[in-house]
Amino acid sequence: MIVQRLVVAVVAIFSLFFLYVPSLSVVVFSVNQAKYGLVWKGFSWKWYTSLFHNQIILDVALNSLVVAVISTAVATLLGTALALGMDRFPWPKRLAAAMNFLVHLPVVTPDIILAAALVLCFSLLRQLVPGFEMGLMTLIIGHVTFQLSFVTLVVRSRLAALGRDIDEAARDLYASDFYLFSRVTLPLLAPGIIAGAMLAFTLSLDDFIISFFTHGPDSVTLPIYLYASIRRGISPEIHALSTLILLVTVFLVLLSERLARFRAG
Amino acid sequence: MGLLVAGVQKNFGSHKALKGVNLEVRKGEFFTLLGPSGCGKTTLLRVIAGLELPDSGHVFLGGQDITRLSAAKRQVNTVFQSYALFPHLNIFENMAFGLKARHIDPVETNRRVAKKLELFGLSGLERRYPHQLSGGQKQRVALARALVNQPNILLLDEPMSALDAHLRGQVQEELRRLQRKLKQTFILVTHDQDEALMVSDRLAVIRDGLVEQVGEPRDVYSRPKNQFVAEFLGAANIIKARRDGGRVVTSLGSFDLSLAPVWDEGTLAIRPERIVLGEAGGDRANWVRAEVREAIYRGQSLDVWLAPGQTIRTKTGEDLRVRVRTHSRDHLRPGDQVSLFFPPEDLVALEH
Repeated sequence: MIVQRLVVAVVAIFSLFFLYVPSLSVVVFSVNQAKYGLVWKGFSWKWYTSLFHNQIILDVALNSLVVAVISTAVATLLGTALALGMDRFPWPKRLAAAMNFLVHLPVVTPDIILAAALVLCFSLLRQLVPGFEMGLMTLIIGHVTFQLSFVTLVVRSRLAALGRDIDEAARDLYASDFYLFSRVTLPLLAPGIIAGAMLAFTLSLDDFIISFFTHGPDSVTLPIYLYASIRRGISPEIHALSTLILLVTVFLVLLSERLARFRAG
Repeated sequence: MGLLVAGVQKNFGSHKALKGVNLEVRKGEFFTLLGPSGCGKTTLLRVIAGLELPDSGHVFLGGQDITRLSAAKRQVNTVFQSYALFPHLNIFENMAFGLKARHIDPVETNRRVAKKLELFGLSGLERRYPHQLSGGQKQRVALARALVNQPNILLLDEPMSALDAHLRGQVQEELRRLQRKLKQTFILVTHDQDEALMVSDRLAVIRDGLVEQVGEPRDVYSRPKNQFVAEFLGAANIIKARRDGGRVVTSLGSFDLSLAPVWDEGTLAIRPERIVLGEAGGDRANWVRAEVREAIYRGQSLDVWLAPGQTIRTKTGEDLRVRVRTHSRDHLRPGDQVSLFFPPEDLVALEH
């Protein structure tokens, strides 16, 4: 028995180790003095300092931020509206099931397929109307397409947890549609909406595949820049950049989880 | 204001929840919709609240047709089964919700909320949030939140079902006193017949989307119209019978009834506690000899299952049994010979 438990524990620890070694090694090498090779030459913040003096990286980071903020705002608005519409309108059962399926589908669709579809779609649109050149706008539209499902799913689970009694009680207590929405639905939904937005923001910040296919020469994002830099050779600056992205992502994911649980009961 | 429900029908897909309900609720009375789960009583309550639109029929409040008036525009408030308190608002804000939604003057709002807080013993809890309250407190907030709007009718959707049995009895009595004090019209939905009998001025027994019987608890309990009502409102002995002149003949013997049946063949009902146990004796009218088969001690009463005398068993061949509810002081054992008296006023001829 004891041996068996010991084996299980060791395997568990090894698995966690296996999961985190790559990330941790990036973190470690981001504070390594050495510019080349895999030797530890002592602690230093210098790669972070040079990172913040690298104009290209700062521009690219700004791009990423702009895309993430705008696409998240759009996806959150649309996703919340979609969730409300799906949940509150008395759809026929089969239609509701179909809609449910359609919302889940993009979550499991491989990104590469979505990316290829977007490229095709944009080139078709270019034939019809000008302005669909690959750039910031196509990048934002591309991000919204995959963020939307996630936001909708998070907000809908919150709506389901709230139930309809609360809405009915508000109506019973003389609330107009606007009063109900602004004083009851929205405040109660807010943690779900914020959690959905955080998730969307993280997804946008981390996205590579769709960004790679839909970006233009002026709209390079951090992951694409990272990819290009690695092909030129890994520098500790890249490690520093990766570490920062990792930290931001972890922070956002933790925050979004906490918000999703907030007062859900 | 009085409420009139006329020919209300409501279908959910192929399920007919209400099949043409007619009902009158008088101003200031405590009215109960009683029925088993799925009988349509909650749907009826929701139609009255304005949360459900009937497929046909009308609802009148004080003479005005409110069938198509939205819930937000009816002077009717509801205590939901789940209480449905707003979790993000404190107790004061919960209670003031209906007043604020109608833009009632803040000073007046404060005054009315404070009055109800005091009435329900909730003073001091204004700044608490619903999740910080006990079940009983939440229930009182839900009641107060509805009543602070001075509704013409207060609707209560099984408000006692979330409370534990001990608290429930206490709350039922309080609810009864509260309604007497406020003299407001209350309509309660419940599946608990004891609760219905205890709190109501009048009650309606509902089955399969139809009203079976309406009346005061005493009348409905002691003079049920049919077997469903008889059995739903408590234990009942159901006895097959046929009319023979002025008397009624059953396999137990023949009986006099205060109210003669309208049928030639049908069923009688009598409550177990209305049958009188006596010493085995002569063959007087409405007396039947019987043997104790089983005695079940229930604390406040003793339930005795009896098989009526030998003449009966030979006649029908079936082991007919009668349930009698008597004082738990009584000592009866299987095999004891007794006589049963069926009071003519307690034997009820049921409708088919």
